Amino acid sequence: MSSLRNTDIARLRAHHRLMWRIRKLEEAALRGLKAGVVLGAIHPSIGQEAVAAGAVGNLRRDDILLSTHRGHGHTLAKGADSEAMLRELFGRVGGTCGGKGGSMHIADFSVGMLGANGVVGANIVIAAGSAHAIKLRGEDRVVCCIFGDGAINRGPFLEGLNWAAVFKLPVLFVCEDNGFAATTRTSTMTAGGGPAVRAEAFGIPATLVDGNDVQAVDEAAARLIGEIRAGGGPRFLHAKTYRLTGHTGVDPAAYRPAAEVEAARMLEPILRCAEVLRSAGLSEAELEADRGAAEAEMDIAYEAAFAAPYPGPEEAFRDVQDAGSPEEVAF
Amino acid sequence: MTIMTYSAAAKAALAEEMRRDPYVWAVGEDLGRGGVFGQYAGLVEEFGPDRISDAPISEAAIMGACVGAAMTGTRPVVEMRFSDFALCAVDELVNQAAKARFMFGGQSKVPLVVREPIGMWRSSAAQHSQSLESWYAHIPGLVVVCPSTPADNKALLKAAIRCDDPVVYMEHKNLWPMEGEVPDGEILLPFGKARQVQQGGDITMVSWSAQVHVCAEAAKSLAAEGIGVDLWDLRTLWPWDREAILTSAAKTGRAVIVHEAVQVGGFGAEIAATIAEHTGARVSRLGAPRAPIGYAPPVENAVRVTASQIVAHARTALNG
Ligand SMILES: Cc1ncc(C[n+]2csc(CCOP(=O)(O)OP(=O)(O)O)c2C)c(N)n1
Repeated sequence: MSSLRNTDIARLRAHHRLMWRIRKLEEAALRGLKAGVVLGAIHPSIGQEAVAAGAVGNLRRDDILLSTHRGHGHTLAKGADSEAMLRELFGRVGGTCGGKGGSMHIADFSVGMLGANGVVGANIVIAAGSAHAIKLRGEDRVVCCIFGDGAINRGPFLEGLNWAAVFKLPVLFVCEDNGFAATTRTSTMTAGGGPAVRAEAFGIPATLVDGNDVQAVDEAAARLIGEIRAGGGPRFLHAKTYRLTGHTGVDPAAYRPAAEVEAARMLEPILRCAEVLRSAGLSEAELEADRGAAEAEMDIAYEAAFAAPYPGPEEAFRDVQDAGSPEEVAF
Repeated sequence: MTIMTYSAAAKAALAEEMRRDPYVWAVGEDLGRGGVFGQYAGLVEEFGPDRISDAPISEAAIMGACVGAAMTGTRPVVEMRFSDFALCAVDELVNQAAKARFMFGGQSKVPLVVREPIGMWRSSAAQHSQSLESWYAHIPGLVVVCPSTPADNKALLKAAIRCDDPVVYMEHKNLWPMEGEVPDGEILLPFGKARQVQQGGDITMVSWSAQVHVCAEAAKSLAAEGIGVDLWDLRTLWPWDREAILTSAAKTGRAVIVHEAVQVGGFGAEIAATIAEHTGARVSRLGAPRAPIGYAPPVENAVRVTASQIVAHARTALNG
């Protein structure tokens, strides 16, 4: 590891910073949930940050990202503003969706983030279609679609992968496999060889990666996105990770042994990234500075978001539709 | 004026819009061979297989992909083959297409047209005959269009393609071969403007899609009895022309809404309630019994709303 080149170190340091920003954003969100400031359900990705940093970090700003209910990390990695994200989670004016979506519908079209989704697996076909439009328009953008291991048992997974393969579309499918679908161990409800085998059945080349090793995710994603952008068609990345928190912000996750979680904690991605950086010569102070900067950013964002007002009731009738808008006739 | 079939009128509309806007494209099963009803015949020759695109038998993917494509700078026309099959894509339409604009705070619109042929058509039985328009009228975010004539099918489809909302566009399968005059030139109809099929002072009658023609037949019989029917073709269910219908109902004092779809929970109930709330008119509705549609002609016909039933219903409405 000490053989890391300077450019590699700088890149890894950026991942380290980004992963801390994601971690601190979600800790702030959990704090908000406890305080009653986050109003609806949230699904933290604590422990899974390497997938967001490594995969999404390889996208250009004009590339497109589709995410899931567990999408805070992906969204931040795509370039969304942390304060606008917290405003959205708090349901406030200035949220990325004006406070009308919340955590499960967080989106920031200005950075190509076309939405988290409250329906498991629904983003897969939407991503395929977004890539379809890119192909029709003759652009060189790519789409990245992230979903959980539970989503591979829904029909749209099959339909979307087949679609992307048939039309040879520029899309990277990323299965962020944290081992669980809500409270269920996904392996107990999934037949066959799992996500990569299913992807390969459609002729989509699949890569398996340690999803807690940000360098490994980064390298795999860089290679796959390069192949896609060169016109190679869809690619599939299966990233194995572990969800350190409960399914939602209030789930104590009592359905799994504490020893399993403790073991996973030793393998979590920020710790591992820091170790590599340490062995490449970074000081404790530098590593601590990344954590501290992320914490400070999110503390400030939290306070600003908390101070922002709720949108007015007139927003209930805005942006529904043009023809027959409820702004004209609600009943 | 050109005489055209309902099917050809829609094809002309799509071709005109595709010539006008390079980002309009159509996708669905079998479109490369003209589509299951021939309503796309010849288009692939002009526009190529990327813009008149075949699709796997994956209704959820067809609809879902078009949601993504509509949010990424194109205007898809989504072919569902039968409204019955579109039920395989309800999440993509109701939870995704209809909600994206609102829940993302207006960051994106979803300009797509979903063509979902409806209606009874030659012993097509329970899974190829339904009229499900009221389901979509219930969903905020969607526009629902049910054209009844070749002229309307051209002008409304053009308007639907230019609309930035997701439009559920329900053509009636029994009308495909119907011929009618279609005005030449660029004509678009606004949504929410009903067509007065005929004027009459005794009773207001409201319908849409193929049922309009059955109502017209009934109105002719009623005229022979000296009963004047003010017959309206709603054209679009959302938005619907409240002003025209309420004005007519207030004038005649009696209104009946007639539709092919099941009466229970049908859109006729919405119109009837609105008329009752806003005018002193007496209202009633006539739709199909709440039973699946059968295959054998006598079974199929048992749930058909016929002209003679409409006549009898109107008489009762007037005398009651
Ligand atoms: C179609 C659908 N079914 C069920 C749910 C409820 N639900 C929300 S998240 C979840 C688990 C999803 O598991 P996975 O895809 O592995 O993603 P993860 O939560 O692990 O990130 C379930 C069942 C849903 N949102 N959508």
